[in-house]
Amino acid sequence: MEQLKIVASARQIPDRQVTNQELSTMMETDDEWIYTRTGIHQRNVVTTENTSDLASEVAKKILAKSGVSPDSIDFIIVSTMSPDSLSPSTAAIVQANIGATNAFAFDLSAACSGFVYGLSVASSLLMSRYQRGLIIGAEVLSKLVDWKDRTTAVLFGDGAAGVLVERTQDNVGLLGEELRTFGEKGDNLVAGRFANTNPFSENISPLDPYFHQNGREVYSFATREVPEALQAALETAQVTADDVDYYLLHQANARIVSSIAKRFGQPVSKFPTNMASNGNTSAASIGILLDELIESNTIHAGQTIAFAGFGGGLTVGAQIWKI
Amino acid sequence: MTDAEIFDKTKEILVDQFDLEEDEVSLTTDLTNDIDADSLDLFEVLNRVEDDFDIKLAVAEDIKTVQDLVDKIKEQLAA
Repeated sequence: MEQLKIVASARQIPDRQVTNQELSTMMETDDEWIYTRTGIHQRNVVTTENTSDLASEVAKKILAKSGVSPDSIDFIIVSTMSPDSLSPSTAAIVQANIGATNAFAFDLSAACSGFVYGLSVASSLLMSRYQRGLIIGAEVLSKLVDWKDRTTAVLFGDGAAGVLVERTQDNVGLLGEELRTFGEKGDNLVAGRFANTNPFSENISPLDPYFHQNGREVYSFATREVPEALQAALETAQVTADDVDYYLLHQANARIVSSIAKRFGQPVSKFPTNMASNGNTSAASIGILLDELIESNTIHAGQTIAFAGFGGGLTVGAQIWKI
Repeated sequence: MTDAEIFDKTKEILVDQFDLEEDEVSLTTDLTNDIDADSLDLFEVLNRVEDDFDIKLAVAEDIKTVQDLVDKIKEQLAA
């Protein structure tokens, strides 16, 4: 076990709620159609903020909850597929906003597996020479959504959440993990394609900022690969599926979560969800769910929990933690 | 594999997936209208068929009935 403590968590959800009902006035869809297929009733979108604003609020809340000083933070990782900019990174903006003057900061791009990938990188950093790191999943997916495409517009929402993780002598930490990427399937879930428009270009690729996905392939990928990754992580952790108190999966779609629970042979009660009120918030989703469950004391010290992110890449990442 | 075996195995999947009685599934059963399967249900069925028959099924749009599904399976098994 890598002895690491999740010291504090926090989330930041934009105020503007967009219900399925409101979407039905913008495109041909309805609440029943969306909810039965996705488990989503509403999503939250920014109106004035950008990704770094949400991430910075998460960081400030974590600092307030934990009482640690910003200059004691060694590193900040922001996992995002919707940064404010490629440069500066969203993490660098957060670093400035919270005054973490001694922290190095970088963004990590692994789409909906970003939070788990971020925790993995953070764990390695902490086990090498650093003491304390902030890992935040933050997304403004509403800027990547084609609001005329009902096949994708209904799915995504904005939000951010994160954790402060420290080296510890306590008997808690990361028991095992399994991260996998299937790049040959990457074209099944795309967003944010840049155009090649330099004056020397011979093959001009179009600019296409929007989400596009092959629903069948993404569903098949998630329902097959997540149980495999979870099983591999459990084997590394030397823990059985029954020993895990809760499985926190990326909140893409309620049907995918229940299918994974069924394939994994675990009761669906161990797979809490919140996509009904948040939609799919990509790298932010697991952190948002974690913070909600910690706040309600559903998740607390002494438990064994699993995280599983999956999505763009295509990527999957599973971790088993003793907290 | 005989046609009857393919149908029986397919029926098993549908009975389990949709919690049906055996006699509710025949070759003429319409997956959407008779069983009330939506697109994600069909994804799930196709995945299970792929796993159980060890085949790859490319496209779901032209599979409307159990007969259509059995025909696709036969096609892939013969390939």
